[in-house]
Amino acid sequence: MEAIAVLERYRVKEVVHIGSRAAAGPDLQELMARVARGDQRAFSYVYDVVAAPVLGVVRAVLRDHAQSEEVTQEVLVEVWRTAPRYREDRGTAMNWILTLAHRRAIDRVRSVEAASAREHKAALLAHTPAFDEVSEQVETRLEREQVRRCLRTLTEVQRQSVSLAYYRGLTYRQVAELLSLPLGTVKTRLRDGLIRLRDCLGVSA
Amino acid sequence: MTHGVDPHTLTGAYATDALGDEERRTFEEHLTRCPSCLLEVRELTATAARLGLAAAASPRRTMKDEVLRRVTTVRQEPPFTESAGQARALRHRARHASRWALAACAAAATALGGTTVWQHQRADEARERARQTQERSEDLAGLMAAPDARTRTAKLAGGASATIVVSDSRNQAAFLAAGMAKPPRGKVYQLWFQDQGSMRSAGLLDPESTTTATLMKGPVGKATGMGMTVEPAGGSPEPTSPPVALLALPT
Ligand SMILES: [Zn+2]
Repeated sequence: MEAIAVLERYRVKEVVHIGSRAAAGPDLQELMARVARGDQRAFSYVYDVVAAPVLGVVRAVLRDHAQSEEVTQEVLVEVWRTAPRYREDRGTAMNWILTLAHRRAIDRVRSVEAASAREHKAALLAHTPAFDEVSEQVETRLEREQVRRCLRTLTEVQRQSVSLAYYRGLTYRQVAELLSLPLGTVKTRLRDGLIRLRDCLGVSA
Repeated sequence: MTHGVDPHTLTGAYATDALGDEERRTFEEHLTRCPSCLLEVRELTATAARLGLAAAASPRRTMKDEVLRRVTTVRQEPPFTESAGQARALRHRARHASRWALAACAAAATALGGTTVWQHQRADEARERARQTQERSEDLAGLMAAPDARTRTAKLAGGASATIVVSDSRNQAAFLAAGMAKPPRGKVYQLWFQDQGSMRSAGLLDPESTTTATLMKGPVGKATGMGMTVEPAGGSPEPTSPPVALLALPT
């Protein structure tokens, strides 16, 4: 007799698309190709699409407004400078730019001081992501609602791990220390938390 | 496993930039030879970017002029061009690394409850397997990196998960599975393309590994789905048992 368990029917992932979200927009891809050829006009359009998300990512990690603006400008100039090296087959331009923004914010944080000394433990744990409540952009508001809804589907430890790592820029070792959890647990919660978010948001590579 | 951390579990920490510099470099090295981690990293990095988008905050209006003024004085970097020497060095490094890749895959299979022949095999067999693995993973990496690669993931019985990756431009598909039960003794998992109700063989899964990334044999063509069945060792010309997995191809 076959020892193979019975087939569980293939489940369709929940996929929700909102408007013409920039994350996958072909426009930005096209614009980036022009920027890569030195087109400054195209860069000004890229700026319009990415400046707010870049500032958002940087500010979430750095908190300090003046520093955030400074790093945001550096990131945007770096986007211009390294555009010829962006490769479409590695992911969308928005993902590339936001990854760059996140790394630069984290470089700044980690170079200044140990993140655990930056803020009190209580403040780190209590604080939800620094969402910009007065943002006038409908797309951002919808995106935020969806991300919030999906974050609520995570377990407490998954949500804290993901938020502290992404929005606060902590290493997983610092997260483990902060939450008094074993390293392996935080590593796993970061992974399965993001996988749950991926499925909830309908993200594909 | 005798060596330190299982690299396959670091995808989430990597996607959120939560690794230290040293760990990040080690993991990036791992990514060059682990297609399933590469795929997962792509998806989880895209997921992290959505967290970023949700935090968007409008900068002050004057910033735009400042940035646009600055870039007029900044020279752009040249695009990457891979010289023949660099390409050779990369290939050499990849080949050198492939034994470790095989060991890592074997370790992962063990961790997931499967068994592996790694310890029992003679060294030359192991090297041959490593070489084949390397070639397969270069093809696989090419497929995963294709700009039009689409994926779909499904849960299988017993907590296993399967992901199908399809690229139209390459007319190729790959099947990634993690945590599957080993096939019964003397049996193998066989993959199929589903073409308008008929099943076309797409090769066998490595029977020694329950965590696998397999390039499906043959072109995708007009296939709309894929299936996996349990067949006698060596495979069958057509399915002889009901599918244990059946997935529509991602659209
Ligand atoms: Zn891996």
